[in-house]
Amino acid sequence: MSETVHLDQTPRGRIVEIDSHSINFGPQHPSAHGVLRLILELDGEVVERADPHIGLLHRGTEKLMEYRTYTQNVPYFDRLDYTSPMAQEHAFVLAVEKLLSITPPDRGQWIRVIFAEITRVLNHLLNLTTYALDVGAITPSLWGFEEREKLMEFHEAASGARLHANYFRPGGVAKDLPAGLTDRIAVWSETFPKFCDDLEELLTANRIWKQRTVDIGVISAEDALAWGFAGPPLRASGVPWDLRRTQPYDKYAEVEFQIPVGRNGDCYDRYLVRLNEMRESVKIIRQALEKMKPGPVKVQDRKFTPPSRGEMKRSMEALIHHFKLYTEGYHVPAGATYTVVEAPKGEFGVYLVADGTNRPYRCKIRSTGFAFLQATDVLCKRHMLADVSAIVGSLDVVFGEIDR
Amino acid sequence: MAEETAPAAEVPPPPPPTALELLGQAIATLAGVTAWKIESGNELVVHVERESLLTVATALRDDPRFAFEQMMDLCGVDWPEREVRFEVVYNLLSVTLNQRVRVIVPTGLNEPVASVCGIWPSATWWEREAWDLFGIVFTGQPDLRRILTDYGFEGHPMRKDFPLTGYVEVRYDEDRKAVVYEPVKLTQDWRSFDFLSPWEGMTTLPGDEKVFTERAEERQAQAKG
Repeated sequence: MSETVHLDQTPRGRIVEIDSHSINFGPQHPSAHGVLRLILELDGEVVERADPHIGLLHRGTEKLMEYRTYTQNVPYFDRLDYTSPMAQEHAFVLAVEKLLSITPPDRGQWIRVIFAEITRVLNHLLNLTTYALDVGAITPSLWGFEEREKLMEFHEAASGARLHANYFRPGGVAKDLPAGLTDRIAVWSETFPKFCDDLEELLTANRIWKQRTVDIGVISAEDALAWGFAGPPLRASGVPWDLRRTQPYDKYAEVEFQIPVGRNGDCYDRYLVRLNEMRESVKIIRQALEKMKPGPVKVQDRKFTPPSRGEMKRSMEALIHHFKLYTEGYHVPAGATYTVVEAPKGEFGVYLVADGTNRPYRCKIRSTGFAFLQATDVLCKRHMLADVSAIVGSLDVVFGEIDR
Repeated sequence: MAEETAPAAEVPPPPPPTALELLGQAIATLAGVTAWKIESGNELVVHVERESLLTVATALRDDPRFAFEQMMDLCGVDWPEREVRFEVVYNLLSVTLNQRVRVIVPTGLNEPVASVCGIWPSATWWEREAWDLFGIVFTGQPDLRRILTDYGFEGHPMRKDFPLTGYVEVRYDEDRKAVVYEPVKLTQDWRSFDFLSPWEGMTTLPGDEKVFTERAEERQAQAKG
């Protein structure tokens, strides 16, 4: 019901717009993917300006981290982006390892690669299916959550927790995989590509899905770079940039995989990129399972990683190490690092400043969604109100990491 | 690119400068760069004067040798004991040349930093965050509102002198039918345990100050001698 009324108030004439209004989208909106308060200035049903208000989930993680030892800080990373917990632990443990100058043994690195990729699939499954739910398709989310359940069981088998894993450690992973888990993952990796095909059958050629996503929220490669995009949204705009390939960490240099790249930078391409990334993740997991050899899963230096329970019962030295690690923790030499990983959502970075004590002096978390959400205004401009939830969904924002 | 155009370095032939060192040398030629070093093995860190931030940042983005199209992260760091209290840290990324650089600008409590949001629009929110959490002021920033903290919040929580527990707490008051702010009440005093072992963490043990002062004198004498 947009209309512009021209009122000649002065001799020169003046245009008064009477139907521009602003509405509150959120903070509790089903397709806001968390507590996003979006102030939308509308001209009828067309969005003129979007002003996201964030911070409703701010928990002061960075401040809290300055009061905890490095070991105690790992669980905070699960609670940032709670849909991809292990990928973020990965960034933190890599940063600490870099400052400590330690390298985990091969098996530890392979396990981390496997679980980083499982996490990627977990994240994309949640994003794609709930995104479909946002624009009106219910079935994908019902199917997707069933697959997610299987992956969460892998999380649980390895770490004891379905969601907040706290499994990665500076120097490797907490403990080795339980017997039989690799076989279960291998079986899952055989069946999962079929699920991707089924999901694609539901969505890719779906007329309604395409009407809601094609040419919606287009961002050019230049703009995407300027707005600090990374990950699937950047690749959907046609920039073949993946940190696993360009700046490999752990064992990513030793696996082969393709990087799906979009062309148009719209919501539909972002969906396609994510869907194909899941297929690539499965390839990486299979290669990792093949190449993984038995061996230690964490650095054997007892100044950084705790001894086994059995060892503790027999050796006084081991008991002392255990006690020291869980009270004082280890000291990280003074220095700073900006360490990044290709998290499912894009570049997740940790800027860690150590001052030589057992706690971080400063830990800045570079959350991926922060940059995406910042561009909401650019992406939503002159789109219909209904497209806002399509755009927000395609950016894959999670407020745990944005608000920190 | 950096290898071709970097000025001829006066290093002895054995160890030839790495690509990162050449990049550092090239960046060091920009006016306003006070120091550069390679930290943690492969991270280039450049210190820039506050006054010349904008010219350096523009050069870093536009010069084909650098081509840092992306500003991936901006954050503040508080060093209360330093003369110039804050550091603003910019983490830049070039996707065309696959290189990163960290630009560090020192700034004081009342010294505004020029906003780089005109160079990298992604800086806008990160600068708002640095203002919100540290109270670092950015000039030329069109939108310097608070971002992460509550509406009407006072103080800058990431400063080292801001208590972890904060000053006010929020609850819903059933009588007033409103959310009310009250001073923080702790049933137990906030305890920050110092787990640092006296054997490595402390230099002076209680009652042992004499040994420490003697050692310090020895060290001073050694430095002079």
